[in-house]
Amino acid sequence: MIAELGLAVLWMAAALAVLQLVAGALALRPATAHLAGVVRPVAILQGALVACAFAALIWLFLSTDLSVKLVAENSHSAKPFIFKLAGTWGNHEGSMLMWVTIMSLAGGFVALIEKRLPENTLIATLAGQAFVSLGFYAFLLLASNPFERLPEPAPEGAGLNPLLQDIGLAFHPPTLYVGYVGLSIAFSFAIGALVTRDVGPAFARAMRPWVLGAWIFLTLGITAGSYWAYYTLGWGGWWFWDPVENASLMPWLAATALLHSCSVLAARNALRTWTVMLGVVAFSMSMVGTFLVRSGILTSVHAFAVDPTRGTFILALLAIYIGGALLLFGLRASTVTEGARFAVFSRESSLVFNNVMLCGILGIVLVGTLYPLLTEAMGVKVSVGPPYFNPVSSVFAIPMMMVMAVGPVLRWREDKGGRITWQVAVPALVSAAALLAVELIFAPINLLPALGLAIAPGLAVASFQPLVGRNLRRTPLPIYGMVVAHFGIAVALFGMASEGAFSTERLAAMNPGDSQQVGPFKVTLQDIGPIAGPNWTALEATVSASYSGGEPTILHPQARTFANPPGNRTESALLTRWNGQLYAVLGEEGDDGRWQMRFWWKPFVPMIWYGGALVALGGLLALLGRVARDVKRLVAVDKIAYRRERQGR
Amino acid sequence: MRGLLLALLALFALSAPLAAQDMLPPAPYAYKQLADPKQEAKAQALMETLRCLKCQSQSIADSDAPMAGDMRHQVRTRIAAGEDPEAIRQWLIERYGDYVSYTPQVKPITWPLFAAPLLFLALAAFLLRGRFRRRKGA
Repeated sequence: MIAELGLAVLWMAAALAVLQLVAGALALRPATAHLAGVVRPVAILQGALVACAFAALIWLFLSTDLSVKLVAENSHSAKPFIFKLAGTWGNHEGSMLMWVTIMSLAGGFVALIEKRLPENTLIATLAGQAFVSLGFYAFLLLASNPFERLPEPAPEGAGLNPLLQDIGLAFHPPTLYVGYVGLSIAFSFAIGALVTRDVGPAFARAMRPWVLGAWIFLTLGITAGSYWAYYTLGWGGWWFWDPVENASLMPWLAATALLHSCSVLAARNALRTWTVMLGVVAFSMSMVGTFLVRSGILTSVHAFAVDPTRGTFILALLAIYIGGALLLFGLRASTVTEGARFAVFSRESSLVFNNVMLCGILGIVLVGTLYPLLTEAMGVKVSVGPPYFNPVSSVFAIPMMMVMAVGPVLRWREDKGGRITWQVAVPALVSAAALLAVELIFAPINLLPALGLAIAPGLAVASFQPLVGRNLRRTPLPIYGMVVAHFGIAVALFGMASEGAFSTERLAAMNPGDSQQVGPFKVTLQDIGPIAGPNWTALEATVSASYSGGEPTILHPQARTFANPPGNRTESALLTRWNGQLYAVLGEEGDDGRWQMRFWWKPFVPMIWYGGALVALGGLLALLGRVARDVKRLVAVDKIAYRRERQGR
Repeated sequence: MRGLLLALLALFALSAPLAAQDMLPPAPYAYKQLADPKQEAKAQALMETLRCLKCQSQSIADSDAPMAGDMRHQVRTRIAAGEDPEAIRQWLIERYGDYVSYTPQVKPITWPLFAAPLLFLALAAFLLRGRFRRRKGA
């Protein structure tokens, strides 16, 4: 019953999306302008209905309704509650329903609260949002129905992949999806603005909070995903340039560029076409990412060719939306003027530079991710991995971070070099000193980690410079946001460089009682014994670790065995200190009865994720500042209107 | 002389399956580091750029797959024997194809991959140069 209800509601929501699109498109013509009033309520209702459908699917998973195909294939009655819940989106159909839900909720939310856009642009935006949603409704209803019943209820579910039964991964996809789909708002805004030819500071100010929101979630999602990979895969790696990771990085890069060009448009009415194009590109990258992950093309081009239904569907959606938007952009771009001009030496220029470099990295990641698929289609299998991505993206990233250190202290429109001599000299000296220290003390270090260790401290110092000479109490919140986010980049960079430069690895076959030295730690394997969890059994090692002769700390790395579905997973044990992390893994038992233990000492590695969290926090501060200001302005506008009304009487 | 050779050959032929049986399963260096830290660092750097063929998007340095362990053993023993890392990479490429190397080999089929960053740099320079000009004109 619940399943049929969910499906019915989903169809109704799709029908409303059609209505929203048609009414929105007609409302833009003078003859049928009276239809404009329909669009907002329909958008809100559509969001509410899809939310109901998603709630129905959650209900089916929580109650483990095994007559529903999706539940039987992906859940199990003995799973802990949290993974029953997470199982809802831990599969193809469920995750696509979540995608549509977030998209329609976001559209409804825009309809509910957006008051700054000109009415026509808003109507066009909502029509655009409905247009994009419709493709995904079609995909859900025609090619991946989450509510399909089995002819006979299954006796028991097949369970969830053990790797996914982790609290980090339970919330990683929703976070990332909010980010991906949040960018659809920017996409629809861009389309709306192109249709009505209304691109200006007001448009940028209206779009910015949405982009900021999406960007915060993307940042959090990527950071959490990286940490998840780090501790569950059991080998201490934190970024693999895996296509799935790249799929999340590309929208982030585009959104970061969009965020910065939005500021230029809002503050200076410049970079109009560029900002609109980035709005289109950012969500296009989300869709490309979804295509890569959801079509099965990543496992193999041939696997894709064998069962191409879904892949072709998404590919068609990509062609329609990206192609259509770019066509609209090509037709309309020339009618949108580029806006105010600025000097070479100005804050606008530094932001343009940052944008171009971010797009360069985006291009590299896109090419490096897609190229192997292309050659595989031509019959040659090649791999593109870290040895390509790391140096090539650095070519763009390093100059970008140098400009990033200076950009925020530059003036809008035009500045003079002499004014900021100190602001350039201080970080440059800090970086030079760091480089010297790295080269003298830690001699043979690879080029990229050494550069990272040198740039990070300079960037950290530079990120606080916009606060110098300001009244800290009256500094707007978005400025603090920028400072915190830029500082976060420096912190993350330091963590990455330090991990690359200073990690020590120790692989050892050990008997209980044996000790090993790992960096500054002395680790002793004390004991190995069995342990049982809610739906797994494990071997658990007891390891004591003492930092340079200090008090020992006990660690419990596990090797878990899951029954439904059968699978193994290492559960690494981490010991975090202020200056790094000890990473311990229990491997298999050798023929001689000794245990394969793996240890890493990774100095300052947690800074990678602290940095990511700081970047997200910076975004949050900026968002709060913007929203608070908007609310204040709305209240002021209301007051004025109220006063006028009274005076009129 | 010839008889001796034949006898030796026969002996080898007999012992070969035995040797093969001994050779296959144990790969002691799959989970064991080389004693010399410099050699181990070299091996580690190479392993991080070799793809585990049985996994999805993992290097042989981050995989528990038996084949990855076997390849780690190969890499470590060859490094210990003094082979050059690039020679080992070439040997593996001959055996498993270009797919095994995360470092793309420079070949006609990968040229676009290396042209792309240059192209982007040129495009970036062009865009930024456009800014310079526009200002002088303005």
